[in-house]
Amino acid sequence: MAVQTAETAPAAAKAGDAGSLFAHAFKDALITGLIAIGLLGPLIGFQTIIIDGALGLGYRPGLLAVMVGIIFAGRLLLNLTVWSPNRVPKTRSGPSVFDRLGATVGPGVKPALLAFAAAFPFISFYAMGGWNESRYLIDLGILILTYVMLGWGLNIVVGLAGLLDLGYVAFYAVGAYTYALLATSTPVNEFFAGLLGETFWANWAFWICLPMAGLFAGVWGMILGFPVLRLRGDYLAIVTLAFGEIIRLVLINWVDFTGGGAGIASIPRATFFGIPFNASENGFAALFGLEFNPMHRIVFLYFVILVLALITAFATVRLRRLPVGRAWEALREDEIACRSLGINTTTTKLSAFATGAMFGGFAGCFFAVRAGFVSPESFTFDVSAMILAIVVLGGMGSQIGVAVAAAVMMGGMEMLRNLGFLTQLFGNDFDPSLYRMLIFGFAMVAIMVWKPRGLVSTRDPTIFLKERKSVSGDLVKEGHG
Amino acid sequence: MATSSASGAHRWDADPILSVEHLFMRFGGLIAVNDLSFKVGRGDITALIGPNGAGKTTVFNCITGFYKPSEGRLVLGHGRAPTPDEVAEVTRIGERSLVGREAGVFLLERMPDHRVSGEAKVARTFQNIRLFTGMTVLENLMVAQHNALMAASGYSLKGLFGLPGWAGAQRAAVEKAKYWLDKVSLMDRADDPAGDLPYGAQRRLEIARAMCSDPILLCLDEPAAGLNPRESLELNTLLRSIRAEHGTSILLIEHDMSVVMEISDHVVVLDYGTKISDGTPEAVKSDPRVIAAYLGVDEDAVEEVEAEIHSEEATGASS
Repeated sequence: MAVQTAETAPAAAKAGDAGSLFAHAFKDALITGLIAIGLLGPLIGFQTIIIDGALGLGYRPGLLAVMVGIIFAGRLLLNLTVWSPNRVPKTRSGPSVFDRLGATVGPGVKPALLAFAAAFPFISFYAMGGWNESRYLIDLGILILTYVMLGWGLNIVVGLAGLLDLGYVAFYAVGAYTYALLATSTPVNEFFAGLLGETFWANWAFWICLPMAGLFAGVWGMILGFPVLRLRGDYLAIVTLAFGEIIRLVLINWVDFTGGGAGIASIPRATFFGIPFNASENGFAALFGLEFNPMHRIVFLYFVILVLALITAFATVRLRRLPVGRAWEALREDEIACRSLGINTTTTKLSAFATGAMFGGFAGCFFAVRAGFVSPESFTFDVSAMILAIVVLGGMGSQIGVAVAAAVMMGGMEMLRNLGFLTQLFGNDFDPSLYRMLIFGFAMVAIMVWKPRGLVSTRDPTIFLKERKSVSGDLVKEGHG
Repeated sequence: MATSSASGAHRWDADPILSVEHLFMRFGGLIAVNDLSFKVGRGDITALIGPNGAGKTTVFNCITGFYKPSEGRLVLGHGRAPTPDEVAEVTRIGERSLVGREAGVFLLERMPDHRVSGEAKVARTFQNIRLFTGMTVLENLMVAQHNALMAASGYSLKGLFGLPGWAGAQRAAVEKAKYWLDKVSLMDRADDPAGDLPYGAQRRLEIARAMCSDPILLCLDEPAAGLNPRESLELNTLLRSIRAEHGTSILLIEHDMSVVMEISDHVVVLDYGTKISDGTPEAVKSDPRVIAAYLGVDEDAVEEVEAEIHSEEATGASS
């Protein structure tokens, strides 16, 4: 758009009157139309069709004409309105809605969001009129919170330390498989059965494996971190992307250990700290005098992931105010200056990798216990891309921005499944769910054009003497790995 | 060379904090630093000057560990100047450093950059200012105290769980930051992002940040570049007070002669990677080689000076 105005500006200065402006706009639109004919001619004008069992060529001049017409008219319209040199550019001054949200309304917004998250299962219970009816909403809530947690975890690596990690799903997978493998392991089960009773491992596996999943993922974060320490920017991104794929391929191909592509099924369910959610006399419902309902487990899972996500947020906020967190941010700002101040950039980077990976591992463990089934299919690059998109969209380094972005992305994707009204518009042959990704892509592009630094682009200082002033996003660097 | 060897009583000979010995730095076929030896006196302000491309910043990068020298030894002495035996001992056993109760010997050429600043206590600033622009002025000074605070926060564990000890350490660090903010008169801007400061203030902040890491040797790469005359004067005052109140030795690269001649005790002149003069500012100022190489001479004076240099070199080689 900037190039366009720069091109048209001198022309307007020369002539200025409306006639030559229109002539110029028309000429430009005509050229665009010709380019469109050249490009779209082979793509849309011709069509391969089967004629009497043989392949033949069909022609679609009408469709081509419509397409070129749309492009010509659109370009002309844009030239005369948005790109018109006479148009006074609208300058937006002051911080955006979201920046103000983070800065001034912030103290009230965060507790309100937290209260809403805590009350969400009960709100949906009353809104939908029963537990079974609200299952969809609570499942969606669990999904969103899982991605909020993953976003916050990746935010440590990407947002704070400025290390672009495209393979974050690897740590999610390590956490999930840690739980899946340990919980279904017969030797471990037998060991605890002999020691503490038959049902011990089934009832306690999740709570014992949860910290271990985080630990293992953290260790893997360090192992994967070591080789990439010297890499920066694009190279770091490519190598981390490869690591994410390597972990998935190992999970597929090491059939003896991981069950291969078939995955691991019948993973023990989560328990209420050792009390199973079942209809038996020792079950959760019986002990608490409730009527048995399978939704109790789902609601409990919702609160588990809520607490896990809040632990992630709390730890991140705490760490930011500690020397290690400041060193992460300093590393993002200027690595050479860090080294001139005695900061060991190797350990600092590794600690960021390990901390981020640890929270990914916790989330993975939760994923395994919620689904009761893991397979390499769940840990594709799509998941990494989605988490990274949440972090970038939310504003790198911002807690509240990432949470809102996760809710918008995951909630929005689900919303787009329910585009039934579009069939009324386009007829019954129209399948709206096919256009889900397209609409989603448009929305992403629009947001990044509108807010290139994410929803919350300002940085909150970690310490202040007199007054907490947020730092404009223009000054904050994105890091180069 | 004639000037410094004439009197052996200079502080840089008697009590050097840093001895640069036969330093070579080669980049492929280019020899950026060629057999450079000089000494930096404890408590002195030493200036490293020379025309553009003389290799001054390369020497700095070698001293601060950002480059690994091709050859040479860089001996830093904590407490007192190390004896030749001590230096020989450390060199022989292949250690980076040998730290006793009163004195420590550090071979900087063996240390990675973060150890030079963290352990050997050599801080530096950069020719093109390198502040953490997205962090506030106060945060910049807190990052500079990373190593001390890291230990105080129990490598994050104490700080994470809010155990005692950390809060006190943080308060002390803020007090130290405030002291330096006051020294460089940036107290009012403490909560502003460093990238928002005017140029002169950014230079001062970079010096304050370096000082927050408690250096014994402060290396400043063109601290007066881009400063106006008033700011240059303030810089002189600041550097003098750093030396007087903190006993920090200062090594600086500078083109601004009003700064160099005004505040330095010792000037080393480089040209094409070799040392062409070494001595007090007065001695260096009148050295014909410096005038020829650095300040430039009149057309007809060139031959005269060259003849002088040749005769001097001839006598130097024969002796």
